[in-house]
Amino acid sequence: MTQDNRLPAPHGLLIDRQQTLTFKFDGREYSGYAGDSIASALAANNVWLLSRSFKYHRPRGILTMAGQDANTMVQLPDEPNVLADREAIREGLIVEGQNYNGSLTNDRDMFVQNFARFLPVGFYYKAFYKPKRIWENFWEPYFRKKAGLGKVNEAAQEQYFDKKYEFCDIAIIGGGAAGLSAAAAAADAGADVILIDENPQLGGALNYARFDVEDSAAAALRQQLLDKIAGRVRVFSNAVCNGWFADHYLPVICGNRLHKIRAKQCIVAGGNIEQPLVFHNNDLPGIMQGSAAQRLIKLYGVRPGSRAVVATANSAGYGVCLDLLDAGVSVAAVADLRTDPPPHPLAQAVAERNVKIWHGHTVYEATPTAGYRHVSTAAIRPLSGRGTCSSGGDTLECDLICMSPGYMPAWQLPCQAGAQLGYDDTRAAFTLENLPQGFALAGAINNSTTLAAACRDGRRAVATLGYSLTTENNDNTSDEEAEEMINTDWHIFPHPRGKEFVDFDEDLQVADILNAAADGYDHVQLAKRYSTAGMGPSQGRHAALSVARLLASASGKSIAETGITTARPPFAAEKLGVMGGRHFNPERHTAMHQQHIALGAQFMPAGLWLRPAYYGEPHARQQCIEKEVLAVRNNVGMVDVSTLGGLEICGSDAGEFLNRIYTGSFTKQAVGRTRYVAMCNEQGVVIDDGVACRLHEQHYYVTATTSGVDNVYRNMLRWNAQWCLDVDISNVSAAWAAVNVAGVKAREVLQRAGCDIDLSTEAFSYMAVKTATVAGIPARLIRVGFVGEMGYEIHVPATFGNALWQALTAAGAEFNIQPFGVEAQRLLRLEKAHIIIGQDTDSMSFPHEVNLEWALAKNKPFFVGARAFEIVSKRPLQRRLVGFSLPADSPKPKEAHLVISGEAMSGRVTSCEYSPTLNKIIGMAYVTPQQTEIGTTINIRTDGGVMAAAQVEALPFYDAEGARQKL
Amino acid sequence: MKYSAFSLLSNALTYHQHWRKAWRKPEPKKSYDFIIVGGGGHGLATAYYLAKRYGGRNIAVLEKGWVGGGNTARNTTIIRSNYLLPASAALYNHSVDLWHGLSNDINFNVMFSPRGLLHLAHTVSDLREISRRGSANYVHGVDAEILTPEQVQEWVPFINLHGRYPVLGALLQRRGGVARHDAVAWGFARAADALGVDIIENCEVTGFKIEDNTVIGVETTRGAIAANKRVGVVPAGHAGVLAEMAGFRLPIETVPLQAFVSEPLAPVLDCVVMSNTVHAYISQSDKGELVIGGGSDPYNSYSQRGSFDQIEHVAGPIIELYPIFSRVNILRQWGGITDITPDRSPILSATPVKELFFNCGWGTGGFKATPGSGSAFAETLALGHAGTLAAPYALSRFVNGDLVDEAAAAAVAH
Repeated sequence: MTQDNRLPAPHGLLIDRQQTLTFKFDGREYSGYAGDSIASALAANNVWLLSRSFKYHRPRGILTMAGQDANTMVQLPDEPNVLADREAIREGLIVEGQNYNGSLTNDRDMFVQNFARFLPVGFYYKAFYKPKRIWENFWEPYFRKKAGLGKVNEAAQEQYFDKKYEFCDIAIIGGGAAGLSAAAAAADAGADVILIDENPQLGGALNYARFDVEDSAAAALRQQLLDKIAGRVRVFSNAVCNGWFADHYLPVICGNRLHKIRAKQCIVAGGNIEQPLVFHNNDLPGIMQGSAAQRLIKLYGVRPGSRAVVATANSAGYGVCLDLLDAGVSVAAVADLRTDPPPHPLAQAVAERNVKIWHGHTVYEATPTAGYRHVSTAAIRPLSGRGTCSSGGDTLECDLICMSPGYMPAWQLPCQAGAQLGYDDTRAAFTLENLPQGFALAGAINNSTTLAAACRDGRRAVATLGYSLTTENNDNTSDEEAEEMINTDWHIFPHPRGKEFVDFDEDLQVADILNAAADGYDHVQLAKRYSTAGMGPSQGRHAALSVARLLASASGKSIAETGITTARPPFAAEKLGVMGGRHFNPERHTAMHQQHIALGAQFMPAGLWLRPAYYGEPHARQQCIEKEVLAVRNNVGMVDVSTLGGLEICGSDAGEFLNRIYTGSFTKQAVGRTRYVAMCNEQGVVIDDGVACRLHEQHYYVTATTSGVDNVYRNMLRWNAQWCLDVDISNVSAAWAAVNVAGVKAREVLQRAGCDIDLSTEAFSYMAVKTATVAGIPARLIRVGFVGEMGYEIHVPATFGNALWQALTAAGAEFNIQPFGVEAQRLLRLEKAHIIIGQDTDSMSFPHEVNLEWALAKNKPFFVGARAFEIVSKRPLQRRLVGFSLPADSPKPKEAHLVISGEAMSGRVTSCEYSPTLNKIIGMAYVTPQQTEIGTTINIRTDGGVMAAAQVEALPFYDAEGARQKL
Repeated sequence: MKYSAFSLLSNALTYHQHWRKAWRKPEPKKSYDFIIVGGGGHGLATAYYLAKRYGGRNIAVLEKGWVGGGNTARNTTIIRSNYLLPASAALYNHSVDLWHGLSNDINFNVMFSPRGLLHLAHTVSDLREISRRGSANYVHGVDAEILTPEQVQEWVPFINLHGRYPVLGALLQRRGGVARHDAVAWGFARAADALGVDIIENCEVTGFKIEDNTVIGVETTRGAIAANKRVGVVPAGHAGVLAEMAGFRLPIETVPLQAFVSEPLAPVLDCVVMSNTVHAYISQSDKGELVIGGGSDPYNSYSQRGSFDQIEHVAGPIIELYPIFSRVNILRQWGGITDITPDRSPILSATPVKELFFNCGWGTGGFKATPGSGSAFAETLALGHAGTLAAPYALSRFVNGDLVDEAAAAAVAH
């Protein structure tokens, strides 16, 4: 199709006529130019019907050309609800309509509008629930199917999104005359400025609106301002500031990137939002804001119609009229709602061009072409009162109605920043008051609507933020022209047949708002929620003023008292992907990771770490684990324990610090000895454990659980911020790699690997710590017994971890050393009844419930949680962790299975495995104090509800005297 | 006027000029037997059940702003009762029982939609948690099923089972779902009003009148109102402020909780999916918006908005789990303020002041309890002491240690 509506240059600032692009809309191919939006390219091809409305499925087209309304929402293959007046066309782009039944041009669901009377506001609250369950079984699925707009494509390719931080002295939002002028003045004053503008090209209304008869002032001013800021201001174009958050934190979205800007101060020069006129059929394609018609002409070089009617209440409407005439659109009439408007050069010029001007008139109704697909006539009627018309006037054929009855300041960002919205009755306009500190408004949003006033206001805004203006910028000359009144005090014309839309997104008519108030929902917040006014994609940009005026008139309150609903972020729709950012899946590997892979390890996650669960094929999982366990019990094994947390505690108060942080006693711990540590929170609940190795009078090396160490470290820093002890705390978890060699032959393996210290029991006993070299690697050797066998934890700098593993593998070869994984380790420690924090404890586990009374130092004045524990320990015990066993062939309980007494749950299993060492199922469980006695039978509800009877057993299950670990 | 399909039709013929206001707009009387402070879902439900079940007459609900304007208007509408501890299961399951049939009971379509609710397990410890809770639900008679990852995919075909937050299983409650949150407040307001309850909006309580340590009335921005019997305080996010007016303190911290919705989409998600580990909760409203919630903001505040970071923290896991939503537009975000108790369970309790009762501290999960809370608190007000359901939720538990610590025990957010 040819672009019949295209205007010659210089119309079309944004398009490149050298680049023709073809795309498809609703199955047909069209051409446009690079720089066209979908809507402008379609308009150039005389296609005006873009979408179907939410409830009545009425045809809708361009309303604002500014990406501020739902009328232009279309479906892209991978993306629903795309704004056709924002989205640029690309070669081969496929665009579809959305929310129709049948086709976009013939929507079977449009019949619904004929039943509008039976579907009043809130109708769904009043029926559809009898008989019981009919809502969820019938009506809800039906309504759901009818609701919704675009479709999510389940097969869409993923997109890339990312985020970036920015900082500046002043963030200026809005790059029109006021914003540019503010940016120039701020740059002159030495400020670091970021200028944010949502359009492809700076200038705002300077790019499309008409400020003088000759239409030359705007372009000249624009160029002058751009020259002033060139190279001195960071400019973000095509960027939307979507919210104001505390301390001038601004999310700014530019394509797929989210810029998070922390500004010291803000200037919002966001302009005004032009409001629609509310009359019968005001939603037909071909009826648009005056500024939308101007955008089509000036930005895209598209003729918005051939014969127009302009309805206005200010001089801007006459500017629209001149632009239309210059674009070759005949203007049938101007309906000016003002009876006796003050003279204005633009109005004068229109009159001189022989356009019929009807003062004190409005467009009262429009009639559609077949199928409501376009406007065909406009009825102009004389005003007879507020919202009423008398007979007279004229009915004119037209294919374009431009609406310019007034504006709302772009209130969203200022209100988020804490400004209050007031209403100035003399100007019939909302105003923004009580601006917070470091925040200024400039330009039209601040009632400075002429070019000179807007520029002056931009400079003034910079001055109010505490900057001294240069003499050039510091002109206090007042405007010669008086500020124009740009709003009419009433722009709503109820019609006996309705369909005078107040909210286009939600298909709300005047009666809907009034009926909501009559139903009792007269508070603006209730009216919104009951009628859904302002809840659609345009978030009340074009409805808030009408709703406020209607509710005020219904309740007899003032518009200021009525107010509008809260302006929440985001300002414009933002993709979830932009908020979510780049996919990031962090994973930590130990120094020996490649060795584990070579050994056929199956990995499991431990926090961010990957740890070998066991070595071997998944189908032989059980055999692998049993083999590893038996090797440790009968021979020797080695396990990578690098993921353990490690903390260095140094300083003259190191012992005192540990005394306060952990439950045990450490000041008298001998250098070269290791002690178990348990940490409680202030509630007395056990939250971590490990060992503390005293390497020096003033130096402890403390281990913590893999997943708990970051929290432990944070706790330590937080507490010492209060205590101010002389101690340095560092989290060295990643700096150390460690291997535990355990089993009767551990000592021989170590000797074979080459160790420069005496490893005999006498010289290096259980719970001792020594520094040594192992296979030539500097190491810390700790004799601990988590798995219950004689063994050494060998901690080496992480860079040597791989070498250590290789050396131990080589040295252990002749002893058949067996690498073992987390699964075997868990079973081994279960046999020894060593608890795992987080598995055998929960957020309510007190030390005495998990058999850790022995780890509490009795004779120290304080440790974190001591006070809580003192209170809790005086109460009757509520539960205790006990051991239990079952014959090997019983149904095997799993972790988290419940212990049942009668009808109630009396406890739960925390750990349970088949022990090849003991040839029975063993486990630990919380039970009531009445069930703790050895030999008590407890009933466990296992998978599928099968009950298993277990016997309470003494702990530990294996080597009760601990003889083996002390060898 | 009773609501029905017939009344809709007949009113259409008269252009809807004859509907009565959903509730009267009465001037406050000098005194009431019962004064309920707070006209949100819980307060209005309390008034309704007090009038309906316990014969309470002469009841006022005082609301400082507009009906349902607190957390009733700000939550993510999730309804479930699959709690771990017996006290929680009893209270929330009572509530779910009331949700089923509520629209018919109060003659107002609250759009309760028991479409099924999944709790995802992303880690081995999550799996243990859902197994334990599932078993506990069985013991308590609450419906629960454990799903495999493949079964989860049947419910949510586009879920990413193998991403950063792998899905290892899920706990399903079929009787769980969502409702139209605002309608719950309006429905209870209208039903209570029909039973003679005075719902007085724009009436902020500024003080309590207390004599001999007994509450005898309240001071309000619309004048003093005497209480002949009892005063029940049912605030959203301001319990601490009201307690201070009455001269005592509550163990409550107040934090913002945010949520957001997308633009309307054709139906794509037919159940509620919760991920407690990463704090990402999602469902789709009847209108087609995705309703998304997350964790609380990490600081105390009374302002009904939150920080931007929290939105990012929720959106991240959402697009990890549901990559197809990455191009979906967020339409609106907002915040509510939640009163959090040390054990994350509510307070339904007598107070140090005689005849003054508090129903508060619902934290981040009060919506689902609306009818149950109202019914339990109505019983408490009628009796003058806690009934069976309310008894475990006494203030005294924070002194004697009998906590109902659902979060600590199960690590599941409300």
